[in-house]
Amino acid sequence: MEEKILTRDFGLKNLFKIEVYLRQSGYKAVEKALQQMKPAGILDEVKKANLRGRGGAGFPAGVKWGFVPQKTDKPKYLCVNADEGEPGTFKDRYIMSHNPHLLLEGIIIASFGVGIHSAFIYIRGEYEAIAERLEGAIAEAKAKGFLGKNILGSGFDLDVVVHRGAGAYVCGEETALLESLEGKRGHPRLKPPFPASIGLFQCPTVINNVETLANIPFIILKGADWFVKKGLPKDGGTRIFGVSGMVKNPGIYELPLGTNLRKIIFEAAGGMKDGKTLKAVIPGGMSAPILRADEIDLAMDFDSLAGAGSMLGSAAVIVIDEETPILEVLKAVAKFYSHESCGQCTPCRIGTSWINKIVGRIAAGKGEKDDLDAIIRLAENIKGKTLCPLGDAAALPILSICRKFKLELEGHLSR
Amino acid sequence: MSPEYSESLRQRIAEVVARYPRKEAALLPVLHLVQREVGSISLEEEKFIAGILDIKPMKVREVATFYTMILRQALGKYHIQVCSNLSCTLLGVGSIIDYLKEKLGIGIGETTLDRKFSLSTLECLGACEQAPCLMVNFDYHGNLDKEKIDRILASLT
Repeated sequence: MEEKILTRDFGLKNLFKIEVYLRQSGYKAVEKALQQMKPAGILDEVKKANLRGRGGAGFPAGVKWGFVPQKTDKPKYLCVNADEGEPGTFKDRYIMSHNPHLLLEGIIIASFGVGIHSAFIYIRGEYEAIAERLEGAIAEAKAKGFLGKNILGSGFDLDVVVHRGAGAYVCGEETALLESLEGKRGHPRLKPPFPASIGLFQCPTVINNVETLANIPFIILKGADWFVKKGLPKDGGTRIFGVSGMVKNPGIYELPLGTNLRKIIFEAAGGMKDGKTLKAVIPGGMSAPILRADEIDLAMDFDSLAGAGSMLGSAAVIVIDEETPILEVLKAVAKFYSHESCGQCTPCRIGTSWINKIVGRIAAGKGEKDDLDAIIRLAENIKGKTLCPLGDAAALPILSICRKFKLELEGHLSR
Repeated sequence: MSPEYSESLRQRIAEVVARYPRKEAALLPVLHLVQREVGSISLEEEKFIAGILDIKPMKVREVATFYTMILRQALGKYHIQVCSNLSCTLLGVGSIIDYLKEKLGIGIGETTLDRKFSLSTLECLGACEQAPCLMVNFDYHGNLDKEKIDRILASLT
């Protein structure tokens, strides 16, 4: 069995309470960082660890932190992306509900490293119970002197605020998240400028995913070299793979980056449910282009997935069986993106809506002979033509489904 | 006449607003708080919130209408929201939705006459390992089958 890092203690009763967490060497990483290390040393260690963003884009966290100006008269902010809206993804929910203090430790160390005194956790609105758990953990940490003024006598101050979203997938996109946190509609911003220089309230801002930050305490305690060995040289550590769909044991599985996708489905998750046959897999959340059953002998890391024309994304593996018509999958994807397009960019607003209507027509048995070509043309016209990645997130899986399962889909059209 | 908002709500709002460097950043949390007390955000609530945050009522509406969780009209006592995304679809949420419609005697987007239940579908709840799943107000229920639906509905009084 591979060693678990993030999920190691998840089985412990009441791990979310600070007394239990402290018994598991909790907050030792914060003590080490604040009392024995300098901010520059923390940045170096995280850079060396090659910790790539766990939200989906896979950008190296240490490099991202390095973009924030050291000297500035503006306040700097940390925004924790806990929006977790990518269909198929539920790993951050596990981290926050089982081990909220691990996330807080990551937040404290990241903030100390970058010189931040105010952090916001932007959590999706539906996770109300988890937001309350986080608030409880923040109060506990404050009472023990791990948050607030002069943390552990280091002179470093930090406040953390939990901010609930209200049902908008696009707010998981980092600049939409900032807009939403400022009390606006979640409309993504044009980049550049990047949030590291102009972010929340026009100030330098770091935005990191929950799982990314939860890795930080281990990097600080055990070192970058140890972390890299747990994964791949260019892609350190483990990933929490969330497996759902037609498998025997859906759930989260923490495995080294680079673990084979077949192994994740057929060993970790117990294989197909009810002896069904595998048809296709969405390997990294709904935004990831689909893989056919014969394409799953793949190392699950950012570069291998990109090489296979898909993406690791949020490492959410959705398993589809042979009995499910691929049209059902296309319908779910088309419906989702047409609902979640924020409406700011015309190709995405109009394109996703038309695709959804055409797919709906096909599903109603009224598919016309050119419908598949129309969907492909519309998706091609969304791709690369929008401010934020939601456009590509819609277009790429739709294109992959239409192209890889062309024959099956054509069977639904009138001849 | 504008509705009376409770002192505890006003106090809670003041606490929340104080956490942000700019008042208007508290808009979403304040919308949540007001909706929890009143049930929805209508014209009166827009004015009330705008007054507290020093913004125009239209700004409140602009934001409120963007987010699916902010309601323009109050729903039934129990809002049942069923996930209709992919993992839930694969595991048969379609028949769960049909069963709920039949048991409650309403369609998607409707509320029972006694205003006890409202039924909606929504996009991924982030609980795909428990698919098919739904939310009653903010309580999650997963691994649904007809029997479990019966038990959930029976527990809602």
